[in-house]
Amino acid sequence: MTPLQTAPVWTAAAPAIILAATALLLLTIDTIDPDTTNNGLLATTATLGSLAAGGVAAWFLMAGTGMESTGGAISLYGDALIVDGMSLFFTLIFTSVAAMVSVASYDYLADEQYQGEFYSLVLLAATGMTLMAMSNSLATVFVSLELASLPSYALVAFLKKNRGSVEAGLKYFLIGALSSAVFAFGISLVYAVTGSLVLPDIAAGLSGADELVGVLGLGVLMIAGGFAFKTASVPFHFWAPEAYEGAPAPISAFLSSASKAAGFAVAFRVFTVAFPLGTISSLGPGGIDWSLLFAILAVVTMTLGNFAAATQQNVKRMLAYSSIGHAGYALIGLAAITVDGGAANGNVLGASMAHLLVYGFMNTGAFLFIAMVEKWGIGRTFEDYNGIASKAPIAATAMTVFMFSLAGLPPFGGFVSKYALFYSAIESGFWWLAAVGAMNSALSLFYYSRVVKAMWIEEPAKSLEIGSQPVGLYGAVVFAAVGTVLLLPGFQPVIETAQTVAAALF
Amino acid sequence: MIIEALIAVTFLAALVTFVVPDRYAGKAAFALSLVPVLGSLYMWQQYDASGNALLGGSAAFETDIVWLQLGQYDLHWLVGVDGISMPLIVLTTILTTLAIVSAWTPITERQSQFFGLMLFMEANLLGVFTALDFFVWFVFWEAVLVPMYFLIGVWGGPRRKYAAIKFFVYTNIASLVMFIGFISLVFGLGDSISSLRLPEIAQALQAGQLGGFAGLSAGALASVAFIAMFFGFAVKVPVAPLHTWLPDAHVEAPTPVSVMLAGVLLKMGTYALLRFNFTMLPETARSFALPIALLAVASVIYGALLALAQQDLKRIVAYSSVSSMGYVILGLIAYTTYGVGGATFQMVAHGLISGLMFMAVGVIYNTTHTRMVTDMSGVADRMPVTAGIFVAGAFGYMGLPLMAGFAAEFFIFKGAFESTVMEAMPLFTGAAMFGIVIVAGYLLFAMQRTLFGPFEFDGDYEITEAPFHDVAPLAVLLLLTIVLGVSPDIFFTMIQDAVNPILELGGAF
Repeated sequence: MTPLQTAPVWTAAAPAIILAATALLLLTIDTIDPDTTNNGLLATTATLGSLAAGGVAAWFLMAGTGMESTGGAISLYGDALIVDGMSLFFTLIFTSVAAMVSVASYDYLADEQYQGEFYSLVLLAATGMTLMAMSNSLATVFVSLELASLPSYALVAFLKKNRGSVEAGLKYFLIGALSSAVFAFGISLVYAVTGSLVLPDIAAGLSGADELVGVLGLGVLMIAGGFAFKTASVPFHFWAPEAYEGAPAPISAFLSSASKAAGFAVAFRVFTVAFPLGTISSLGPGGIDWSLLFAILAVVTMTLGNFAAATQQNVKRMLAYSSIGHAGYALIGLAAITVDGGAANGNVLGASMAHLLVYGFMNTGAFLFIAMVEKWGIGRTFEDYNGIASKAPIAATAMTVFMFSLAGLPPFGGFVSKYALFYSAIESGFWWLAAVGAMNSALSLFYYSRVVKAMWIEEPAKSLEIGSQPVGLYGAVVFAAVGTVLLLPGFQPVIETAQTVAAALF
Repeated sequence: MIIEALIAVTFLAALVTFVVPDRYAGKAAFALSLVPVLGSLYMWQQYDASGNALLGGSAAFETDIVWLQLGQYDLHWLVGVDGISMPLIVLTTILTTLAIVSAWTPITERQSQFFGLMLFMEANLLGVFTALDFFVWFVFWEAVLVPMYFLIGVWGGPRRKYAAIKFFVYTNIASLVMFIGFISLVFGLGDSISSLRLPEIAQALQAGQLGGFAGLSAGALASVAFIAMFFGFAVKVPVAPLHTWLPDAHVEAPTPVSVMLAGVLLKMGTYALLRFNFTMLPETARSFALPIALLAVASVIYGALLALAQQDLKRIVAYSSVSSMGYVILGLIAYTTYGVGGATFQMVAHGLISGLMFMAVGVIYNTTHTRMVTDMSGVADRMPVTAGIFVAGAFGYMGLPLMAGFAAEFFIFKGAFESTVMEAMPLFTGAAMFGIVIVAGYLLFAMQRTLFGPFEFDGDYEITEAPFHDVAPLAVLLLLTIVLGVSPDIFFTMIQDAVNPILELGGAF
């Protein structure tokens, strides 16, 4: 039930509706005043819309909407969408990232054209992500995935006079189109075998699929490929460094935090609901053991991301690879699911979700710091960052928080979320996965600390000048830093919520 | 609540200092740092703990609330103090304040960041000494490294980047090994504990709940965990041969940072050794008495010999810290009330005296811009007050009666001679006592060359008496050293109260 007992049931989708309405409102403003330079109005509208959606999601979460305490998940539109704790939890991640990105864009876009389009595309993509988290049918999964992706392609190429941005947009689009095709093909194969697109019905249809287990397996593999694209995991990760590097930095933040989380949201739901491991791994000869697939992908993704990040000279590109590495950590949530895991399954999946929330803050903050540096026109390599702390200590402190938190050092949120994730993996019996994760985490300290060292310890170049003090960017970066720190003492409600809502999937 | 308030106020002071303009940062940090000093003194005055916090004693100002519920082991916010931690908390707050004052002269750029980091480090140190939950303790333990890394790396000498990264890597790897060792103990305890609270773990170990883990029997697991933890903490202490990060860090670090490093950070290692290795696994510790005593004596003698070979005043003091920490290890392994109690007392005494020595070297350096013994002589002529305090401090280091160093070393030697952990213990004690002779040798030598004799100095700097705010912290430290030397009981009574339960522990394996 919705918190308002008398409200019609569609109000459960309020966060998505608010986001979509805000996107349309932004377009309306743009229509009335096409060449508006009133960036403040647009940014404020987008931010307030995101915050409103996030606030509603948080309210629903606390009120127990769609959770067992109030009568279980709410399904809408003939089971096409579902509102449950998990969808609300992920909505919270998307909206908080979207709000930070909108605030930061106020400064970043100050001298750009087509601002109205920018904000409405961000909000539309956020709507798509929210719908992804709510999708209960492969058809809505596909549609909402496209709704999230298409605006993203345009946003990556938003700086259309910048060759890097355009190139990144094109690459992102081509690989995205390819993976969409693969994904759609996978859906059709699954439909052919099970005769349904609705996730629980697919699970029900699996029992008769013994003879077609090969076709089904191919379908599952292709669907997994589609998710790998969206989450920037191996083997569909190679667009990510290009896209994140070329895109406007706030968009890099948005893609690497929110879009990645959306990919995980839908992957978590599809694999646990439509392809329950207990059923699918006992099909036919050998069955389909997707948890093994994800275990391999997790190890390869985190290792590759970390080693590639360690060799970069460009900070933004380093962060792009680190983002791939973090996709590997989050994959542990699926990899450590076992047939007879019981409560441990929900725990590890919930730990992964909680990590994505913390990651949403620290990674968004890090990219927004890059946005600030781009605004200052300092340069892109580690050397260019030398001595920033002497000119902008507050921003550098925030960036230090992000770097150490991403590396998993105390006393920041990233430490406790990684601890929870690795601990849950050990609890599920995947101690080797946790060990690989911990080793990667230790390695990552090397390249994260390079940024810190450059900012604080190296001498600044003579030419280092920091012109403006962009208010919006500062606000967003400091907000993200405070969030990253506060998530250490305040981790208990996050992990508790995440694990409760994740347990409802099994 | 007072512990939480103490830590929170210190964090807040760090934040405020961070945004104060550079010109006022030093004064502001000093004023703000007086709050934790007063807080810790108030705690001392209200102190009502008895026994050892880990072994069923009642800790003072204890708070225990569940912080994170995660799987089998809950994480608690559990803080409290007992006779072992209380003196160290007082030491931390007082030494930080004095170090801040001593930084007014040498730190001339980015002051607000420097003083902010000093206070940030103090807050985390207070956390280390009060936390009684492994997870909370580990968070603070690791968090101390971050400000230290910056303090050395940004404000250090010419090779600061190398020294900072060496410090960071050494201590971080050590922490990792220690963490693995401790967690394997937790897994070995299995279902017999429900949280990572140190008292719960210590008592479960004492009750013989340790099972096998990863193919090791309980006894073997205890040994492996003991070695892993000992290694981890020994790097921090540092025990020879794991001490090589220390001289680099000290020489490159600015004086106030050296004071904190020698005065408090090294004690983190010995404090953790006492809390973890020697309290939780007493029987294993006794069985390793021979190698540990060997390491202790090696640290004492080798550290002293290295100090003897140095020309840099700061290096001399740095290596002598290795030597002094060796006494602490010797006292710990003695497992007598005077041994372990003396080791704890030595942590405080050495904190004061080494702080004094580093500051004195720093004051001389501020004026002469050199620390080389060969570059100067007869400085006492021009800087009589500083030189006087320096000499007094050096005598404290050598163990002059009625100074804290004498009391500490006397306790340790008495305890070590009485020790029953092994028959050869008096031999080791005798060998360690020989270290004092070397200490006297190099300190007298260095002072004779630099302070006394005809005045000679090649540099272009005018050598005059240091300003009041440089000398005042020295005088305070000297005063405290004497007070503690004259009546060691102001700390030693509570220390013994907390230490005695450790000695009564029987063997569980």
